[in-house]
Amino acid sequence: MEPFDALTLARLQFAFTISFHIIFPAFTIGLASYLAVLEGLWLITGRAVFLAVFNYWKKIFAISFGMGVVSGIVMSYQFGTNWSVFADKTGPILGPLLGYEVMSAFFLEAGFLGVMLFGMDRVGKGLHCFATVMVAGGTLLSAFWILAANSWMQTPTGYASNAAGQFVPADWWAVIFNPSFPYRLVHMVLAAYLTTAFVVGGVGALHLLADRRNESARLMFSMAMWMAALVAPLQVVAGDLHGLNTLQHQPAKIAAMEGHWETRAGQPLILFGWPSMAAETTRYAVELPKLGSLILTHDVNGTVKGLKAWPPQERPNATIVFWSFRIMVGVGVLMLLAGAWSLLQRYRRQLIGSTALLRFAVLMSPAGFIAVLAGWITTEVGRQPYTVYGLLRTAQSHSPIDAAAVGASLLAFIAVYLAAFGAGAFYMLRLMLQAPQLDEPDIEKGLPQRAAGITPASALGDVAAARQK
Amino acid sequence: MIDLPFIWAALIAFAVLAYVLFDGFDLGIGILFPCFAAERERDQAMTSVAPVWDGNETWLVLGGGGLMAAFPLAYAVALPALYAPITAMLLGLIFRGVAFEFRFRSTRRKFLWDWAFAGGSTLAAFAQGIALGALVQGVPVEGRAYAGGWWDWLTWFSLLTGVALLIGYGLLGATWLIWKTSGALQQKAFSLAFSTGVGTLALIALVSLIMPFLDPIFRQRWFTWPNIAYAAPVPILVAISAFVLISGLAKRWERAPFLAAVALFVLSYVGLGISFYPFILPPSLTIWDAAAPASSLRFLLVGAVVLIPLILTYTAWSYWVFRGKISPDARYH
Repeated sequence: MEPFDALTLARLQFAFTISFHIIFPAFTIGLASYLAVLEGLWLITGRAVFLAVFNYWKKIFAISFGMGVVSGIVMSYQFGTNWSVFADKTGPILGPLLGYEVMSAFFLEAGFLGVMLFGMDRVGKGLHCFATVMVAGGTLLSAFWILAANSWMQTPTGYASNAAGQFVPADWWAVIFNPSFPYRLVHMVLAAYLTTAFVVGGVGALHLLADRRNESARLMFSMAMWMAALVAPLQVVAGDLHGLNTLQHQPAKIAAMEGHWETRAGQPLILFGWPSMAAETTRYAVELPKLGSLILTHDVNGTVKGLKAWPPQERPNATIVFWSFRIMVGVGVLMLLAGAWSLLQRYRRQLIGSTALLRFAVLMSPAGFIAVLAGWITTEVGRQPYTVYGLLRTAQSHSPIDAAAVGASLLAFIAVYLAAFGAGAFYMLRLMLQAPQLDEPDIEKGLPQRAAGITPASALGDVAAARQK
Repeated sequence: MIDLPFIWAALIAFAVLAYVLFDGFDLGIGILFPCFAAERERDQAMTSVAPVWDGNETWLVLGGGGLMAAFPLAYAVALPALYAPITAMLLGLIFRGVAFEFRFRSTRRKFLWDWAFAGGSTLAAFAQGIALGALVQGVPVEGRAYAGGWWDWLTWFSLLTGVALLIGYGLLGATWLIWKTSGALQQKAFSLAFSTGVGTLALIALVSLIMPFLDPIFRQRWFTWPNIAYAAPVPILVAISAFVLISGLAKRWERAPFLAAVALFVLSYVGLGISFYPFILPPSLTIWDAAAPASSLRFLLVGAVVLIPLILTYTAWSYWVFRGKISPDARYH
């Protein structure tokens, strides 16, 4: 493989565009649910602070959602431009899953987003809240379908093959609820909730450090820390179950994550080290004996396969997977710590009293994004060299297109993404740096006037009035 | 036995048409953006589509996703064939999509996002028109893959269709603004609608005259009996729509021009459909060649039958919520 052949460039382009894209849904899935909860609480309690925090985050949501939409359109066409063989072969299975995602989720989000962003004065509180719930529901449905599609690529079931070499559906239930899907869905939705919680918590903490009496910031911080305290431990359990599922279906990925090369009973747990693909060993390993087998098989003498059990061309890149996995777990541990610390401070009735906790929360604001990216790198690099695991190799999935075309478009995507999404990140950060107010304004000022003047009867009235002048 | 590939071809044609009409007018506003006075007129123009552009663009995702689901082979051949125009369209859509939010958030750099909105909309529309022209001219297929080069899309005809779509979207945008605005901006929209209207009609005529010479199939489709009897109403209705458009503009009607522009698009689209059928990618792939197996088509059709009417209902509701004229001092906060 040359360093810059069409395949490598197509992989780089996919990695680049999907990594940018996942940042936005990871944030908006959680934020949409948070907005729905805030608006619901406002309707029930009537307390102004809920509306204030709702309006504050709604503006940030609008920016993030817009970037998620446009970076998502790119993904839906990239399967065809760069991965046309993959698209032809998997279209009969993945196409309908994506089709359901568009029809049940994207339209729902987009259709109600306008009302949610600009419609409070026009539809009233109840319907507005309904629109917010629909947007939040849309983001979750979207996660359902796209993770079903991704999971099918990781653990394909329910398919047959036809004469044209396509995967065709044999059992839709088995296609959707494939073995890794429930674990991946739960793991990702919890990750999205944690990502949002740490952004909201960090912003709340930042403004509390400036002014402890800021009621909106207190609400943000308190809600976010509840989320961290409750969901971070759940995520550890979900992640563990997901890992055991992966061991069952993709043991090579686990071997790469653990840096194991030899197959043996009583595998150590390698904490740190440098897996070398060329030398087929993990250098500088700092390890705890037998703990690897205990974690993976729940038996100190359980046998766990090492990477040498597969020929070299079947192995995922362990150097990347080993480290991306450790970054994800490390961030997870810090999240767990933040949640536990907040519980301790609550128990002391001093949640916002500890400057150290507030500063820690500010530092942790981007934690979710780092963990989500590291986690996706682990699972996607770890399932190489396949696009459909065990069945369709990545090297046989790409389009018959010149490397020059793929390279030129990759450069264009890099330039445009850095400019457009860099600016978006700047605007979002600028909004987050503004202290939340109790009378936080809505974004809808000055939109179209209520339709008093457009019904035919009143229009005629206007004409008559004009003539009389 | 129901003909599932035919039903899906109709559904995808519908999704693409819905996209062209819905996103057409908001892309058109972007294309015309430099003609409007900075700040006030531009704010009004943008505000008139801000609550709905997102849903409008979702039809494009349905067109792409639906094509991959129902006609994976056509998706796998067409997108590599249209590699450069598709990439340009995506990049244009990014710039104009983010501009909606960024423009209102920006203080000192607002003009940059004006240009991003105008440039992105223009690039996306031009690229879509080029893609259409390239498909009309035909895509070579070998086995199950595109067999041409990555510059094959670039011809004088595809450039012509690119310009035609650009001006056509401009007409949709201008007539939309006539409906949704008042005062100076509306007056400007009337004159823009007139020039883009004349341009659109001339280009529809030109493309229609050229197409029969591109491929004998098109000629046969239109000019043999009994096809000619079925196809004849299309040019007649185009003439009627053109008359409504021009006289509506002259009489300062506020809604008829938009509806007439929509009718022109629908009729041109039907005309293309008559030329293409039964091919999904002329001259090689028919609808039935490219179709996914019945189990895929049936599974997604169940969802489409339930969900598409629902989508149309809440989309209509959302347009209804934001009905009425844009206030002349409209500004999103």
